[in-house]
Amino acid sequence: MEPTIEWPDAETAQRTARFHELGLMLQAFRRDPLAVISLVVIIFFILAAIFAPSLTPYPEQGRGTPNILEKFQPPSRTHPLGTDYLGRDVWARLLFGGRSSLSIGFLVVFAASVIGIPLGAIAGYYGGWIDDILMRITDIFLAFPPLLLAIAIAAALGASFVNAMIAIAFTWWPWYARLVRAQTLSLREEYFIEAARSIGVSDANIIVRHILPNVLTPVLVQVTMDIGSAILTGAAISFIGLGIQPPAPEWGKMISTGRIYFIERPWFAGSAGAAIFLVTLAFNLLGDAVRDVVDPRTRRAVA
Amino acid sequence: MSAAPLLETRGLTKHFASRRGLLSRRRKWVRALDRADLSINRQETLGVVGESGCGKTTLGRAIMRLIQPTSGEVLFEGQDIVPLSNRELRHYRRDMQMVFQSPYSSFNPRFSVMSSITEPLRTHTRLHGEALVSRAHELLEQAGMPGEILYRYPHEFSGGQLQRIAIARALALNPKFIVLDEPTSALDVSVQAQIINLLQKLQREFELTYLFITHDLSVVQHISDRIAVMYLGKVVELSTTEIIFSEPQHPYTQALLASAPSLDPELRRERIILPGGVPDPANPPPGCSFHPRCPMVMPVCSQIEPAFINIGHGHKVACHLVGGEQENPPTV
Amino acid sequence: MLSVEDLYVRFRTYAGVVHAVNGMTFDVRQGEIFGLVGETGCGKTVTGFAVLRMVPSPGEIVRGRINFRGEDLLQKSETEMQSVRGGRIAMIFQDPSTSLNPVFSIGSQVTRVIRQHVSVGQEEARQRALEMFEAVGLPDPAGVLRAYPHELSGGMQQRAMIALALSSGAELLIADEPTTALDVTIQAQILALLTELQEKQGVSILLITHDLAVVAETCHRVGVAYAGDIVEMGEVNDVLQRMKHPYTQGLLAALPRPTQRGRSLQSIEGSVPDGVHLPPGCPFHPRCPQVMDICRMEEPPLFSVGAEEHVAACYLYGQENAA
Repeated sequence: MEPTIEWPDAETAQRTARFHELGLMLQAFRRDPLAVISLVVIIFFILAAIFAPSLTPYPEQGRGTPNILEKFQPPSRTHPLGTDYLGRDVWARLLFGGRSSLSIGFLVVFAASVIGIPLGAIAGYYGGWIDDILMRITDIFLAFPPLLLAIAIAAALGASFVNAMIAIAFTWWPWYARLVRAQTLSLREEYFIEAARSIGVSDANIIVRHILPNVLTPVLVQVTMDIGSAILTGAAISFIGLGIQPPAPEWGKMISTGRIYFIERPWFAGSAGAAIFLVTLAFNLLGDAVRDVVDPRTRRAVA
Repeated sequence: MSAAPLLETRGLTKHFASRRGLLSRRRKWVRALDRADLSINRQETLGVVGESGCGKTTLGRAIMRLIQPTSGEVLFEGQDIVPLSNRELRHYRRDMQMVFQSPYSSFNPRFSVMSSITEPLRTHTRLHGEALVSRAHELLEQAGMPGEILYRYPHEFSGGQLQRIAIARALALNPKFIVLDEPTSALDVSVQAQIINLLQKLQREFELTYLFITHDLSVVQHISDRIAVMYLGKVVELSTTEIIFSEPQHPYTQALLASAPSLDPELRRERIILPGGVPDPANPPPGCSFHPRCPMVMPVCSQIEPAFINIGHGHKVACHLVGGEQENPPTV
Repeated sequence: MLSVEDLYVRFRTYAGVVHAVNGMTFDVRQGEIFGLVGETGCGKTVTGFAVLRMVPSPGEIVRGRINFRGEDLLQKSETEMQSVRGGRIAMIFQDPSTSLNPVFSIGSQVTRVIRQHVSVGQEEARQRALEMFEAVGLPDPAGVLRAYPHELSGGMQQRAMIALALSSGAELLIADEPTTALDVTIQAQILALLTELQEKQGVSILLITHDLAVVAETCHRVGVAYAGDIVEMGEVNDVLQRMKHPYTQGLLAALPRPTQRGRSLQSIEGSVPDGVHLPPGCPFHPRCPQVMDICRMEEPPLFSVGAEEHVAACYLYGQENAA
């Protein structure tokens, strides 16, 4: 007794199947104005960072060359955001600072995921003592306020860009491990995992091909939001002087050096602060939107 | 049938530790399976029935070595597979497959049908490319599904269609033995009929042996050659389908059959309403675990556990009422 | 007692408009157990919710009348409905463990419901609760009052649910798959309880289920639902022994029966239509082995098919505009 189904030919089926899900997500995404705006803002910042030298007539000032003669200039036609305490064009500083700030954000999150995700999956899948050990380790890390821990590590390692990144990544990975572990625990009960085991698929294959792709969804949401937080943390570390060292620009450092002049000459601390604020907000909103879009239940909003 | 059974379990036991944490001194043991003895002959269907907590699902998983039995043996073609390592087990995995209760959860949502049903082939054979695709088509055809669906995703199918695909996957390696864990419980009646017909057709065509786990008595009566009735981790009665339904000996079997609502008024039995509910598996009653609810309980039942004995023609019962002493077991 | 007339319920979803209920018409009489039976997607559960005006969004009742003791429930305001729910019509659901609030004791939940509908003091409400618990056969009613839902077994939870539902004196009980999640032996207990409530206390019951055997043993009259409408209705023995509608026939032929051991089961070709794309005319026609031209064009009304109460929506039994 054959069920009567009408299916298009295999090729069409393959194409439509693969993109159906993606299409639904993009469609839902497009409908959310905040999501689109945040994405645009983020893309803008990324492009600005990449093409920094071409976007300002003062690239060397951006990199750090002082220009003492023009120090403390308010915003004008030659310097749209004014100059800082060493006469460097603030807009240029902002652009080049963006490079550092954004790269901290992306690299830290990348490193934390690369460490945390596999550990979490292994702990969740095997359970037992592996899980217990991992949980105790992450407990230790999670007991500290992340920023404090990052500052402590960065201080111990010495102030530099790379050390700041290592420090933050080190405090960040336990969150991913925990997240992935929780997802793995619930996924482990699904029948298709048992089916794979009953077929004789190796544990490694099960984790890589069955578990990881299915836990990536919440991880993606977390990652998107975390990039903003990582930028913020990086700025905080640089603010207290443990991160980027001058003359290299970084938004947090700009706020730190600019704050004593803030009352009378707010433009360089203020613009750096605004930049951090905008970027973090944009990533947060994007993360929210990604979460709404990726969850099939919230995606199916009333037509 | 004098040929050796394809699969046998002897004293199969599985205890789960009730979660009390590492530091608790008193750990409760849930006896999910308690010395289950079964045998399944080649090309036969053994139905396993029971209510929640009876251990039938654990039985299926233990036989498939998805969980490690606490003790006992599982003999597949005479070889005990319980102590085997994962590597040694791989060989047997080709011969033993499983179909699960929920078709929706049986597939990785990110795998296409093609990926899912060829996973066994890619794990155990070197089949690839054209040959793999044509084998996939063959499997789908055997399960009654059109080949065009190969690149679709699980969420696009109904429960019945998915279950067919699950059966196709189970056939991939030409197994000898398939454990079916409530394969039709989640399906509508008309779809259930299709799946049952398909399973029977495949059994004839490929000389398959089935372990059919279910709670649905009418289905088990239809499809099984022999039936095992389980209660609280133990097999309490085992016999051919005809005898189980016409002359059940164990009081629990009698009550179970009497409780099931029936469409045919003539076949309705005298209702035996059992008091109370199934006891907590972590705290089974002493002696015969059914004695608190048994309408024919005797003093010995609360003290000594009845042995699972053969009362003739392969009919096995675990009940003091039909212990060897009694000449004439009470009729239903 | 309850009469549903020409009920239409639809859901506006991302995938399209789902026509869940299409012209459902049936009645539940005083003191009887009426079975509304069908497979997934036939609209039976939505109908149950619709009677209490509890259809979840994005669902909406677009047409029809629901007459309860002479009043049209669809015309009532939300406040009026709140006193109907629980007070005059009560509902119990499939999974009792999710219907009871896990953080409150059963006693507190029941007494709260009683006091909402009847103005009595706390002590009196407790007394009534205890009486209800005894009436539903709960051992140790005082213990149940103090207990939390998770401390009871599935069967006892369902009994507590029934007690809760009837504690305010409801005359009609809507039971949505009340035993599907329970073991067979417990199911027997609960069905016996429902029958007892109907016989001794005169409660009328609308029993929604997919299990024909349950209907055969428990109900007086039955309505078979398909694609949101009733296709056959009548006294239980008429419908299940002398079924007339091809769908009912197909359904019964698909059930494994002891008399058919060894033979293939007959299944119905095709599958249940999804609520968005309903076939024109009779919704069953694409799968019907006895389809005729007219079936494809016009939806058949209910025709009388023999016994007095027995009707079927099929052109095999009449021309259009008849009955």
